[in-house]
Amino acid sequence: MVSIDGKEHGDSLIRVRSLNKIYHRGGETIEVLQGLNLDVEEGEFVAFMGPSGSGKTTLLNLLGGLDVPTSGAVTVAGDEITSMSGRKLAAWRARHVGFIFQMYNLIPVLTAFGNVELPLLLTKLSKPQRRQHVETALELVGLGDRMKHYPRQLSGGQEQRVAIARAIVTDPTFLLCDEPTGDLDRKAAEEILDLLTQLESDHGKTILMVTHDPLAAERADVVLHLDKGVLVEAADEAVAS
Amino acid sequence: MKYLPFIFRNMFRKKTRTILTIGSIAVALFLFGLLVTIETALNAGIDVAGVDRLIVRNKISLIMPLPLSYQERLRQMDHISEATFATWFGAIYQEPKNFFPQFAIDTETYRTVFPEFEMPDTEWQGFLADQEGAVVGRVTADRFGWEIGDRIPLQGNIWTGTWEFNIRAIYEGARAGDDESQFWFHWKYLEERRPFGKGTVGWYTVKVDDPDHSVVVSNAIDRRFGNSAWETSTETEQAFAAGFAKQIGNIRMLILSIGAVVLFTLLLVTGNAMAMAVRERVPELGVLKTLGFGDRTVLFLVLAESLVIALVGGTIGIGLAKLFTMGGDPTGGMLPVFYLSTGDMVFGIAIAFFVGVAAGSIPALTAMKLRIVDALRRV
Repeated sequence: MVSIDGKEHGDSLIRVRSLNKIYHRGGETIEVLQGLNLDVEEGEFVAFMGPSGSGKTTLLNLLGGLDVPTSGAVTVAGDEITSMSGRKLAAWRARHVGFIFQMYNLIPVLTAFGNVELPLLLTKLSKPQRRQHVETALELVGLGDRMKHYPRQLSGGQEQRVAIARAIVTDPTFLLCDEPTGDLDRKAAEEILDLLTQLESDHGKTILMVTHDPLAAERADVVLHLDKGVLVEAADEAVAS
Repeated sequence: MKYLPFIFRNMFRKKTRTILTIGSIAVALFLFGLLVTIETALNAGIDVAGVDRLIVRNKISLIMPLPLSYQERLRQMDHISEATFATWFGAIYQEPKNFFPQFAIDTETYRTVFPEFEMPDTEWQGFLADQEGAVVGRVTADRFGWEIGDRIPLQGNIWTGTWEFNIRAIYEGARAGDDESQFWFHWKYLEERRPFGKGTVGWYTVKVDDPDHSVVVSNAIDRRFGNSAWETSTETEQAFAAGFAKQIGNIRMLILSIGAVVLFTLLLVTGNAMAMAVRERVPELGVLKTLGFGDRTVLFLVLAESLVIALVGGTIGIGLAKLFTMGGDPTGGMLPVFYLSTGDMVFGIAIAFFVGVAAGSIPALTAMKLRIVDALRRV
């Protein structure tokens, strides 16, 4: 069960406590996150909504160990990532986090296969083992017949599917999705959301997703709003509107 | 190894730029190969000069002769094991551009003093038996297509008229830098036919029993013939060869200067190409780091790309230079020892390696220090 009250929950996969993030821009101090608390259990699908600049992506970056907080702690599966060194954090990301971006962020000179294989290069898997993993991931997202295609030869929806395959190929602890449907038409967006829902329901993946799209947020188990640097639980009707 | 395909893919994302960068490195290293070859050729005599040999020449000038009688007097001096002599002939074969050095030699002693010039004994005996016989180096023989038994006419410049010789032996140098362009014939044949200069030789080469005695012996020789009509100037063969090379300037300094300019230009060209490559790829580098590629791995990927570009260019350049030098002396005899040694090839590749590391280090460090959130913001 997702909670934002900061009280102890013994079975939380992700635990965030008193998270602060302050930016200094020119002479101005911007408090993006202010003492934010969050607990997410394994297998949950959480959507974060909020206006632009509310700190959604900042929160995602902190949860994924891409940025460091001004204060506070993020603990994932017992590992406190906010105290890790840069080197340890990189290894942790490779093992525990799958990232899905709005603009797909595929490497243009690599084929779909090459893009999905990238995170596996950091593992000790042999070449045949890597091939097997990549093929499984691409089959799962329905692109088993597009392995040799370059990103420029794929549609936006297909590119995002490759990005999802890249995110899940290492079987990470959780997925972080930053506006995964933001650059797609409705049909492709629905397909991507179906895929994410399937990953949660069939494979038990924990998913945290930032979105502006109420229809996307509807797919999540819980929708949280980021307001003035803290999280508030959204009412169902508010999400639908 | 598993990153190699990724590095190659990145290298050729801007094919034109990569090919031009590789091309400029190849041209620079080709130029380096040629410069080193020329430097080697000009200093060939110095590098292979015998440490136990002294050259005794007329104190006034190299072109002034010394009397034949000095040979016995030299032989009788302490620490000298042998003394031989030669005279510069300076004739033309067909055309002036077909230059090669010709010496009238003392056939009885020359081979003892210069054992590095090797040939079959039967050929040498054939040469000794023929008053008009000649021994020619492999390079010159190949250059003109001469074979044993051929009769070669030379047009005398110092001693005019047509001089005909029978090729009786072809020698080869025991070491890579040995001069294989020389043409030797009997000093007695010259002596019999020349109208002036009789009883004289061009210079002596004496062999000392121990290189440590070289200074003592050379001083003794010059003292011995001092205040005579034919005063001598004696120096080691190495100093003599170096003096020859210096007549056309400080080649080593010239080559070092050109090499330094080439190296600096290369650093700028490769460094600029790598900096552009990294600048264009900032968001992708951010993605790699997001996926878990550590700072050092990213540094390695950029550095490796720079290195591969430099090494491919360097190998092509040095390879072309080697091919070019394998064609032999392009000057028609001015640079008889014209070859690119393995050591110089390795040195050229080492330069390419250095260029790759130096040019790639700043872009690689930039990529390494890149903050993920800043990089992803540029998407």
